[in-house]
Amino acid sequence: MMRSLWLAAVLACLTVISVAHAVNLETYKFDDPQKEALFRELIDEIRCPKCQNQTIGDSDAALAKDLRDRTYLMVQQGASKQEVVDYMVARYGDFAYYRPPMKLSTLVLWLGPVLVIVIGAGVIFVRVRARNNAEVEMSEQEQQQLDALRAGKQQDKSS
Amino acid sequence: MAQRSRLRWVVLALPLLAFLWLTIFLLRGLFSDPTELSSALVGKPVPQFELPDIYDTQKIHTESVLQGRPMLMNVWATWCPTCRAEHEYLNKLAAQDVYIVGLNYKDDSRAKAVNWLNTLGDPYQVNLFDERGMVAIDFGVYGAPETFLINAEGEVVYRHVGDVNERVWNNVLGPQYERLMADYTAAGGTP
Repeated sequence: MMRSLWLAAVLACLTVISVAHAVNLETYKFDDPQKEALFRELIDEIRCPKCQNQTIGDSDAALAKDLRDRTYLMVQQGASKQEVVDYMVARYGDFAYYRPPMKLSTLVLWLGPVLVIVIGAGVIFVRVRARNNAEVEMSEQEQQQLDALRAGKQQDKSS
Repeated sequence: MAQRSRLRWVVLALPLLAFLWLTIFLLRGLFSDPTELSSALVGKPVPQFELPDIYDTQKIHTESVLQGRPMLMNVWATWCPTCRAEHEYLNKLAAQDVYIVGLNYKDDSRAKAVNWLNTLGDPYQVNLFDERGMVAIDFGVYGAPETFLINAEGEVVYRHVGDVNERVWNNVLGPQYERLMADYTAAGGTP
C-alpha cells in the first residue's frame, strides 16, 4: 500500500514536471483538425536551429517560437507538409529537418547500419564455413576414447 | 592454402578499417563547433524584403540596399552582449571604409536601439529595423551577432556566426572582402 502511494506521488511529480516543460501550444487555434494534425506533426519534425537537439515544438527559445508561428501561418494558409519543410531547409539547411534527405553526404546515415549488419553476417558466415571445412585430426588416444564412448552409448541403448 | 589465409586477412582487415574510419569521423565531430552551421543561403541572392529604417520608420528599404557593391550585413540587438563587444571593432572597420549594413534583430525597443547607435557610434551605412525577426528568418539567422558577406551581385558569399574581432577579420572575413572589392573595382565600381 505504502509502495503504491509512493509510486503515485513520484508519477504525479513527473507529470507536473513534464507539463511545466511543455511549450504552450494553446494559442494556436485551428478550425480544421487536419491542419492541426499537420501542424503538430511539423513542429515535432523541424529542429530548432538555435538549440542543439530539440524540435521547435519542444523548445522555449525565441527563435523556436518564431518558427512555430511561421509554421502555423503557412499551415493555416494551406501549405503542404513538403512546402513547410522546403521553406525551413532553404533557410536553415538540412539541419532544420529531423529526417535527413538521401544525399552523398548523408549516405553513411542511411547505409551505415545496413553495412554493419552485412559485415557482421559476412564474418559469421566465413568463420562458420572455415570451422566446418577444417579437418579435425585426433590423436590415437582420443580416437580410442571416442570409440569407447560410442560403444558405451550403444550398450546403454540396447540394455 | 595461401588463398585461404589471404581471405582471412581481408576478413580481419575489413572491420579494422571500418573501425578506424568511424573513429576519425567521430573524433572530428568531437572537435567541431556544433553552433557553426554553414548558411543554406551561400551562393544565393539575398531574400526580398521591405523593412523600415531604424531612425525613420516612414522610410522603407528593400533588398536593393544589399546590392550593387560588396558589403557586410551585421545582425545585432541591444539585448546581445556579444554585439556590444564587437561594436567597437565594427566602428573601426567603418572608419577604414568597410561598407556595413546593420540589421537590428528583434530588439526590446526601437528607442533603445537608436540610443545605442547614438551613444556607441553608428558603423552602418544603412540601418534596417526588423522588429519581429521575420526578415532574419529569411536569412536563416538564428542568433546575434551574425555577419553576412555579400558580393556586388547581391549574393551571400559567407556567413560568420559570433562576434567580428581582429582575428576573425584578418583571417576570415577581411581577405574575402578584399577579394570582392578587388573584383568590384576592376569591373569599374567605385569604392
